[in-house]
Amino acid sequence: MSSADFYREIILDYYRNPRNFGRMEKFDIDARDTNPLCGDEIDMQIRVGEGQKIEEIKFTGKGCAISQASASMLTELAKGKELKWVRSLTKEDIFKMLGNPDLGPSRVKCALLGMKVLKVGVYGYLGGHYEDTDMPNSP
Amino acid sequence: MESEAVDVERLRADFPILSRRVHGKRLVYLDNAATTQKPQVVIDSLVRFYTSYNSNVHRSVHTLGEEATAAYEGSRKKTAEFVGVQARDLVFVRGTTEATNLVKFAWGEKNVKKGDLILATTMEHHSNIVPWQQLAKRNGATLKYVGLNPDGTLDLGSYETLLKDAPRLVTLTHCSNVLGTINDVAKLCSMAKNAGATTLVDGAQSVPHMPVDVRAVGSDFYAFSGHKMLGPTGIGALVARKDLLEEMDPFQTGGEMIREVFDERSTWNDVPYKFEAGTVNIADAIGLGEAVVYLRSIGMGRVRDHEMKLLDYAIKELTAVKGFKLYGPENVRVRAGVVSFNYADVHPHDLATILDEEGIAIRSGHHCAQPLMRWLDVAATSRASFHVYNSYDDIDALKAGILKAGGIFKI
Ligand SMILES: Cc1ncc(COP(=O)(O)O)c(C=O)c1O
Repeated sequence: MSSADFYREIILDYYRNPRNFGRMEKFDIDARDTNPLCGDEIDMQIRVGEGQKIEEIKFTGKGCAISQASASMLTELAKGKELKWVRSLTKEDIFKMLGNPDLGPSRVKCALLGMKVLKVGVYGYLGGHYEDTDMPNSP
Repeated sequence: MESEAVDVERLRADFPILSRRVHGKRLVYLDNAATTQKPQVVIDSLVRFYTSYNSNVHRSVHTLGEEATAAYEGSRKKTAEFVGVQARDLVFVRGTTEATNLVKFAWGEKNVKKGDLILATTMEHHSNIVPWQQLAKRNGATLKYVGLNPDGTLDLGSYETLLKDAPRLVTLTHCSNVLGTINDVAKLCSMAKNAGATTLVDGAQSVPHMPVDVRAVGSDFYAFSGHKMLGPTGIGALVARKDLLEEMDPFQTGGEMIREVFDERSTWNDVPYKFEAGTVNIADAIGLGEAVVYLRSIGMGRVRDHEMKLLDYAIKELTAVKGFKLYGPENVRVRAGVVSFNYADVHPHDLATILDEEGIAIRSGHHCAQPLMRWLDVAATSRASFHVYNSYDDIDALKAGILKAGGIFKI
């Protein structure tokens, strides 16, 4: 897939008008990470509701269209799901959500940054620890 | 100074990588500030070393050892002469980063004391910031930054004011890897000297692109990297006066750098060997010597003239694109062949991906200069940077690529 296909209307729309963008007053989870390579930043907040469900989720961040659109789409996907759903989330789910773009290893990191932040936050809340082995070229 | 222009087409044939294709397109390599490509003569010198006289230096009396030592020391001499100094004033290091760290450990730890001031500038690369932050923290010194003018040149007023506080060390770049700004380091070092400071100049982006005479610059320390000047990775130089090097503590300790080792103490080898502990990077040092010979055969004045013409053309062509924002001085006389920019709301990483599909390699990100990014008030920029093998066609390709990104992003 060429970039002309990847940067479709929908990705550009999420980049320029991100859904669930902002901060919350009341939240149970707050996680943040940056991509040291390019300085992309994502911060996600979650309010946990009844039945350990993601009642509200918001993000803020700075970075490329891929990282920002991916994080924004992920918040929409996550809203209303049970926290444990986050454990079953894989990078393939993210690629599918983005329309299976053909990304090089460094851009994969941009695409997965939102998922990483979500996992770090939720795993921590559930008393665990997210071991990041999804990123390409990690030692 | 008008000299005969370089024959780019002929030069390009010396660089085998330039004939490779990327995504089916001609490679347009515009990431020279990160690292440059290598001419065949440099590649051959590495192969020749390993195939015909590989051996350790300064230790073995056999033929191979003698040949390797002669080539290694010959390279030191060529590299030193290239920047106007003598071989004994040049320490081989891994690159600019290792050079600044060497100065920090071997000179800074002893000489920068509690309450002392270290002056850097807002346009420094992280390799000329972080070692000083660490030293300041450890020794109780203060690190301050000389500010910039709105056009990205150094603010002399800010510099003069800060010099009044008698800094112990002034450390600054000859040429910014982001803005391209060329600092008048001879004048700045002389002002620093008058204020009683020791001086370090980061030459990572100057030595590869213009004639540099370290004597004329007059700094106490001068650092540069081989891989940015058509040489191999893993080799660079720290230039310093012999007497200064002699006063300094060793950096790393072990073999090579000693004279005598007793059970409880050791004495140091002569400079510059005192700073070259362990088995050195022989092959790459020899490769750097070849790169210097190659650059000399073109002439650094001509390299600079060529890059200045490209820069002039690039600035004219690119600033005509709607939404294109250039960072740094527009006067090509005070700017090296580095074009940092942003384009509308296209993030530099997205732009770099789109350009890559066209075979165009640029750099996107913070360029290891986050304090400068903060000053520019941007998270990242795109950067195209030239060397002598770049052509007007490369700039036309870049412009077409940017316009293509504009189409995709509906600018
Ligand atoms: C101005 C400047 N200083 C220092 C460095 C560091 O050089 P090296 O990575 O070779 O140690 C660079 C290279 O990125 C640079 O552009």
